[in-house]
Order: sequence, then C-alpha cells, then structure tokens
Amino acid sequence: MWKWLHPYANPEVSYHFAGKLLPWLSALAVLFLSIGLVWALAFAPADYQQGDSFRIFYIHVPAASLSMGIYFGMAITAFTSLVWQFKLADASAAAMAPVGATFTAIALITGAAWGKPMWGTWWIWDARLTSELILLFLYLGVIALQSAFEDKNLAGKAAGILTLVGVINLPIIKYSVEWWNTLHQGSTVSKLGKPSMSVDMLWPFLFCFLGFILLVSVIICIRFRSEILARNSIRPWVRTLVSAHLTQEKTNAV
Amino acid sequence: MSVANLSYRAVFSLVLKRDLTIAMRHKDDIINPLLFFVIVVTLFPLGIGPEAQTLSRIAPGIIWVAALLSTLLSLDRLFKSDHIDGSLEQMLLSPQPVFILVLAKIVAHWLITGLPLILIAPLLAVLLHLNEQSYEALILTLLLGTPVLSLLGAIGVALTVGIKKGGVLLSLLVLPLYIPVLIFATSAIDTAALGLPYSGQLAIIAALFFGSLTLAPFAVGAALKVSTN
Repeated sequence: MWKWLHPYANPEVSYHFAGKLLPWLSALAVLFLSIGLVWALAFAPADYQQGDSFRIFYIHVPAASLSMGIYFGMAITAFTSLVWQFKLADASAAAMAPVGATFTAIALITGAAWGKPMWGTWWIWDARLTSELILLFLYLGVIALQSAFEDKNLAGKAAGILTLVGVINLPIIKYSVEWWNTLHQGSTVSKLGKPSMSVDMLWPFLFCFLGFILLVSVIICIRFRSEILARNSIRPWVRTLVSAHLTQEKTNAV
Repeated sequence: MSVANLSYRAVFSLVLKRDLTIAMRHKDDIINPLLFFVIVVTLFPLGIGPEAQTLSRIAPGIIWVAALLSTLLSLDRLFKSDHIDGSLEQMLLSPQPVFILVLAKIVAHWLITGLPLILIAPLLAVLLHLNEQSYEALILTLLLGTPVLSLLGAIGVALTVGIKKGGVLLSLLVLPLYIPVLIFATSAIDTAALGLPYSGQLAIIAALFFGSLTLAPFAVGAALKVSTN
C-alpha cells in the first residue's frame, strides 16, 4: 500500500520532487497572500469595537496556529525517523524547526502589538500568551540541540527524541498554564476579541491563512532542499549537480 | 553467577548500590547542590526585603524554583562520569533491559539529591515565614514532585551527555518541561495556606509522577543510545 512512497526515501528523488513542487507552491503563496492581505488590510470592514487595530488578527492568528502546527509536523517526522529510520525525516525536521520558532516569535510580537491598544499593556500573563512563550522555549531547545552535535545524524535523532518528549508535554503544559492563570488572576482577559466573525471578515482571513500555510511550505521546501544537499555533499549526484551549476554560471559569465 | 541470569530486582539493587556507594565517596556531589539550594533561598529575602508578609506570600515559589535549579545543577553527575570512564557503554551493552538500569540510576540520583532537599526544606520554610498550614503541603508536593524532576531531567542529561558543553543546553531543554510541576506544587501550597483542600493538585502531581515514571526511562534509554552512538 505504501510502496509508492518508497522512492522518496532516496535523497536525490526527494530533492528533485521538492524542486518540482517549489514553483507551484510559490506561485500559489504569492497569489493567496496578495489577495488575502490586500483584502484584509484595505477592504475588510473595521471591527465595531476594536476599529482598525483588529486587522493584525489576520497575521496573528495564522502565525499562532502555524506555530503549533509546525511543532506537530516536527513530531510526526521525528516519530517516522525514530521508528522507520528515515534519515530524510530528520532533514525535514531540521528544516521545520527554525521556521516554527520564527512563526512563534511572530505570533508573540503581533500579539504584543495587538495587546497594547486593546489591553493597554504589551504583555499580560494570559494563558495563551504564556503557553506560546513556552512553545518558543521548546523550539529553541530543539534548535540548540540540533546544532550542538557535530554529526548531523545523531543531532537529528537526539532532537527527534526531544521533540517527542515535548509533544507529550505540550498539552500538559498548556492545560496547567490555563489552570494556573484562572487560579492566580481570574479571567480578566479570557476574551481574545473574537466575537463570532461576520462573513466579510472571514473570507479574507481564510485567504490569509491558506496563504501563510503555502508560504511556510515554500520556506520549508527550500530549507529541506538545502538540508539534503548539506547532508549529502559527498555523494556523486550532488557533485554533478554542483559542477553542472558551476559550468552554467561560467558560460553565463562569458 | 553470570550477569545474564540476574533477576531484574538484583540488577536494580546492584546498580542502585553502586551509584550510592560512588556518591558516598564523593560527598561534595551531595552537599554542593544542597548548599546551592540554601544559598539561593537566602538570596531572596536579601533582594526583596525582610517583610514577613511578602516573604510568606512568595515562599512556595522561591522554595520550588530553588529546588528546580538545584536539581538542574546536580543532574550532570547522573551519567557524565559513567560516560567518561566508559561504564555507561558497558551497561548499555549488558543483556539487561536498559529500562531497569536507567530507573536504578534515577532512583539513586533522587535519593542523593531529592531526599536531602526535602529534609532541609522545612527549615528554609521557617526562614521564609511560610504559613503554618502549608508545611504538610510543602513536604507532600516535594515528595511527589522532586522524583518527576529527576525523571524528566534524566532525559535532558541523556541527550546532552555526549556534548562537551552540555550544561547550559541542559537547562534550556529541561526547564520548560518542569513548568507543570512548578505550577501545581506552588498552587497546592498556596491553597493549603488558605486552609482549603489541595488533594486535586496533589493528584495531578501524582499523575505526572507515575506518567514520567513509566515513560521517561524509555526516552532516557533511547537518548543514551543516541549519545553513546
């Protein structure tokens, strides 16, 4: 049943497959993001309570969802790598980690920027903010562990174990932080300004969300390809690829 | 008697005794984290001010954060010296399941670092004017919580044991995982100070304890196999 997947365990095949996906994904990402962002920032109606400052929602929410989604994706690849010993799975996890950390940071920063006009303060120890911050720490831990090993294979395995431990702990942390929050300070800001959305606001949001998903896929594809090249730099196929590229550059120069 | 037909219990007590003996011969390994714990707790009144009311309000948090940090400091000795002299690899090569060996080492680590912490905690609680109703909660949360710290910390050490400068990295990996224990332990102590039942928090810490007791040794074993390559 899964036989069609087997060729992709070969780095060369995967490299070219990702290369073929890349233009399509990029074109779609540009399309959706430009439609979504222009619609959201310029044409969608302003919120009756929050005015125009709510528009950051169109970036904040996709970033926050993606920060968790990417961690979950990393956990899946870590699991495949540990169980079926796919080395490429480690490469994809290494490609995802910094992207996920960046989106977590974007979610935190846009959240702070949104919090200032709404709540009157940059930071509040709200349950969602706190667990997002802890998620950022988990990402940084994985990235630090990946770069601490000289051997990329070992780094991938170690980071994979940490990712799986983290993914088991993530719901526990999230739940405990929510509990801590309601206990210590009461739900002063339980409402993150999300009344059930009207349709004119929902459509641009969906475009933005899909656009950001595509953007993340593009970045991960590019990083995945360079990870493959870095890990296989002594293989003949990489060398022919590089020398072909070099001769092409030379002829272009001439 | 060959090593292969030892019962699990015999293997467990063998490793436990070995680790305890080594610890007894390096007493500073036991004393230094404890001293660190005491000194960190002493720093807070100096930094915040000596008002009894403020101190008793933040005492649970201070004691628990200091406990986390001193556990973190002591974690390094869990596998490091065994890794350097090669006995760790011998253990992994032995026909016994890694789970048992790892569990014995973690239990030894808790006996050496967790238990003294619990014994000295009431004294520090007096220094911080902890509410009298909270002492029982403090001891119970430490009893259930410090093993979780050792178990989760062991995963971090196992991942970083092969790295030369693993110390700072270890704190980055392990501290986020300690957050739930911290939250529930301090909230149990706070609740006890109000004279309310805190069995709910204790039950959750117990759940964390049993969850990590069953799952962490597997993760540690897998991580050690990666680290020793």
